[in-house]
Amino acid sequence: MEGGGHCDNPRTLDPQRKRKIRLVVALGVAVMLAAALVYTSFSASTEAKEPSELLSAAPGATYDMTGKVVKGSIRRGDEGLRFRVVDRDGGGESIPVTYSGTVPDPFRGGREIVLTGAVESGVFVGQPDTLVTKCPSKFTTSNDS
Amino acid sequence: MTASLGSAALALAFLAFVFAAFAALAGRGRTSLRYAAESATSGEGGRERWVLASRRAVYAACGLLTVCVLLIELAFANDDFSLSIVQQHSSIETPTFYKLSAMWSSQEGSLLLWAWVLSLAASLALYATRGKLREIVPYATAVMAGVGTFFTGLMLFAGGVNPFAGLSPAPADGVGLNPLLQHPSMMIHPPMLYSGYVAFTIPFAFAIGALAARRLDASWIRATRRFALIAWALLGFGLLLGARWSYTELGWGGYWAWDPVENAALMPWLIGTAFLHSIMVQEKRGMLKVWNACLIVAAFSLALLGTFLVRSGVLQSIHAFGDSTVGPYILGLIAVVLIGSTALIVSRLDDLRSPRRIDSLASREAVFVVNNLLLVALCATIFWGTFFPLISELFTGEKSSLAAPWFDRYTTPLAIGLVLFTGIGPLLAWRRVSWATAKRVFVVPSLLAAAVGVGLVAFAGAAAEPWALALFVFATFALVGLGQEFWRGATARRSLRGGSLPAALVGIVSTNRRRYGGYIVHIGIAVLLIGIAASSSFQTNRDLQLAPGESAEVDGRTVTYERPTVAVDAQKFSFGGVVTVQQGDRSFVLRPARRYYRPTGQQSGTIASFFEGEATSEVGLRAGLGSDFWTSMAPDIAAVQRRVRAADQGFRACVGGEPGTPPQCRAVAQLMRAAVANPQLRPVALAQIERLQTATAERIARSYLSEGSVATFRVIVDPLVTWMWIGGLIALSGALIGIWPARRPRRRLVADTELEALKEAKYREIRDAELDHAAGKLSDEDFALLDAELRREAIEILGNGNGAYGIGEQTEPAKQPAEPL
Repeated sequence: MEGGGHCDNPRTLDPQRKRKIRLVVALGVAVMLAAALVYTSFSASTEAKEPSELLSAAPGATYDMTGKVVKGSIRRGDEGLRFRVVDRDGGGESIPVTYSGTVPDPFRGGREIVLTGAVESGVFVGQPDTLVTKCPSKFTTSNDS
Repeated sequence: MTASLGSAALALAFLAFVFAAFAALAGRGRTSLRYAAESATSGEGGRERWVLASRRAVYAACGLLTVCVLLIELAFANDDFSLSIVQQHSSIETPTFYKLSAMWSSQEGSLLLWAWVLSLAASLALYATRGKLREIVPYATAVMAGVGTFFTGLMLFAGGVNPFAGLSPAPADGVGLNPLLQHPSMMIHPPMLYSGYVAFTIPFAFAIGALAARRLDASWIRATRRFALIAWALLGFGLLLGARWSYTELGWGGYWAWDPVENAALMPWLIGTAFLHSIMVQEKRGMLKVWNACLIVAAFSLALLGTFLVRSGVLQSIHAFGDSTVGPYILGLIAVVLIGSTALIVSRLDDLRSPRRIDSLASREAVFVVNNLLLVALCATIFWGTFFPLISELFTGEKSSLAAPWFDRYTTPLAIGLVLFTGIGPLLAWRRVSWATAKRVFVVPSLLAAAVGVGLVAFAGAAAEPWALALFVFATFALVGLGQEFWRGATARRSLRGGSLPAALVGIVSTNRRRYGGYIVHIGIAVLLIGIAASSSFQTNRDLQLAPGESAEVDGRTVTYERPTVAVDAQKFSFGGVVTVQQGDRSFVLRPARRYYRPTGQQSGTIASFFEGEATSEVGLRAGLGSDFWTSMAPDIAAVQRRVRAADQGFRACVGGEPGTPPQCRAVAQLMRAAVANPQLRPVALAQIERLQTATAERIARSYLSEGSVATFRVIVDPLVTWMWIGGLIALSGALIGIWPARRPRRRLVADTELEALKEAKYREIRDAELDHAAGKLSDEDFALLDAELRREAIEILGNGNGAYGIGEQTEPAKQPAEPL
């Protein structure tokens, strides 16, 4: 690399400057990606609420409901499942839920679930195929069944 | 007996780790070979002795933990319910295979597994580096023993997680293992992931050792590269098994859900991938030292984070592991690791600077840097998404979570970028490639990739899924490029050595396992990504409500629900269906079913209790290279359950001898009354009741066959999904080729001396360049320049060898330059 002064033609930028430009470009891309990440995650996320909070939640808005299925409340109807869900700690009022779509294997009374949906006239209507049931298993201190 | 013996062994293992850590630190410091030799003869090698003692203490801890694991396994095999771990996770009826693997279904058992695997890996690493890396090893030993101390200490002192906690008096039977977990891959999957997590400890420990001892050349990398590769392969295999289990067993038909626990295992794997690439740049060019140190610290911290996440309950996950007491301790360890390592790296920044720079963007190292950035960006995205519930709670006070579409939006383009670079990287030589050469190597892959792209748009309508199309095109580029590499390498070898083409292929792979093993991994990953893209973009997913005899059309196939099936035994009710699928003149039969179990640990009770335990889907799967046909079944059992409730009521009335019950009830009622008076009759009465109950259950089950109720079938046609598993296995075999020690005795886990290793690496580099030249990847001018440079560096190393490491006495005979291919 001969020269290296300011009068080089632009095709042979001196390596120091070239690296600096590369660094700036890389950092710029990183910052842009990070900004997009932050921005979209706040707009794309759904709020998680427990049944006791949902009873007073805005109707129509979409939430992730986290809670425990009330034992013995599961009924299968023509348009899917009906059951009731309480807060994870078992306290508070329960909310009736309707849901259609795939039911994961571990789903049953007493299990913790996460379900995306909205409250319509006092009933939480789950979106199809959004039911997540926690695996039993594994590191739970005792079997609570 | 087992409890006290085991607790003692565990406590001794803890003490051995504590001793190892302190002894290693006592033995740290600069020691030369000469000093070691002198001190060994004169019998006062203080430091060397401490180091030796610390190594032996790690071996001892390994032995003691092996005893612990054996004791637990024996207790499981012998149904020793005086141990709470056995009582909670096994029962007399549990199949032996699951008894032996039930250890890691428990919190305490999995911690023991962690500590045991760590002690094995640490012993192996210390055995392989004995007498080498003298300045680094003491610190590395201290780090590994420190981590060992932490995990054994956790079991002993955290409370509630001692695997040898006893139960007194010992119950007659155990609770048993959850039927959902009774699946072969579920038994291999956790230990694979654990071993992967644990194996990252070794390169991390040696990196810390190198930083602490200021020995910042590539020696620590050469010593632990295999461990990083093993960690990577185990973690990858564990992820693959988990995906497979989800696909075939969980009844929802997917293999990945961006669940926090899945992400927790994926993140260290991604960083590990970046690390395995960037260490090559440090080995060959002495660059990226800070970056490599940061990557291995990140990989180890993420491995710890994965261990933490499954035990903390801080994030909502499919894997509910329950809140446990050990979470905060692991978090503490992560904090210590992060703060300590960062401080160490910052304090060594001056030593870590490399005088070299990347010569050209058209070079393998430049591509490695780009792939590293992509991998780290991928990991950062997943990290943000995984922890978003905590982040949003911090800023908005509301716990919000991100679903799969958000993850897909970012991971898809990054994955596409990565697959492009899996193709570009292998085509470029180290240091610099002239554009003319690069163009020559790129022609065939680019043309074929473009042709595939045009073909897919024209004949398969792939334009509707631009992301998938881009991935197919780039993956084709990568596969063709890699194929070209094998072809050129093999023909170059043939022209030099003769022989057949297959022999030449085997030859280049076995003499250059690292390079071609890596290429095979690349092929596997490209194939795996094709499978993922095809199955997620072109999947047909339908829910069918069918009565027996009815049919429906799905994606050109006629699906017929022929007839229901049912089976009852002491553990479960199983409702299934015979389904035929007709496509053209080919047809096959699938038998999906749904099983209803009694609650785990319950052997008897009402018939209704069968519906109070787990329910599992038995998936009907027809796998094919073109597409998979997947179906699960949800029977309508409302009528059955009504009949079961009625039967239970009748049964109670019958056993109670209430008036109006049928005549055979009277006999049972009499027997029951007699049994109350005479306990010896109890088993007879219970057996009688069970017989009656079973007969009733079977009658009810049969009624299901005749009622012809509608069942819901979820039907998925998944194109090319089989290639995901095939690609994963190809990648795994490539990693095994890279891990496998070469036959030549000179290349053991670690070369004999550092100088040896350095020379070895340089010779290999020269050979690589010759191969690249012969294969047309380097132009004559480029090769001449590079070869001269490399030879100059090799001579420098030989010159430095005399005296540089205190080994100067024996002079190295001038080695002939690298042997031809």
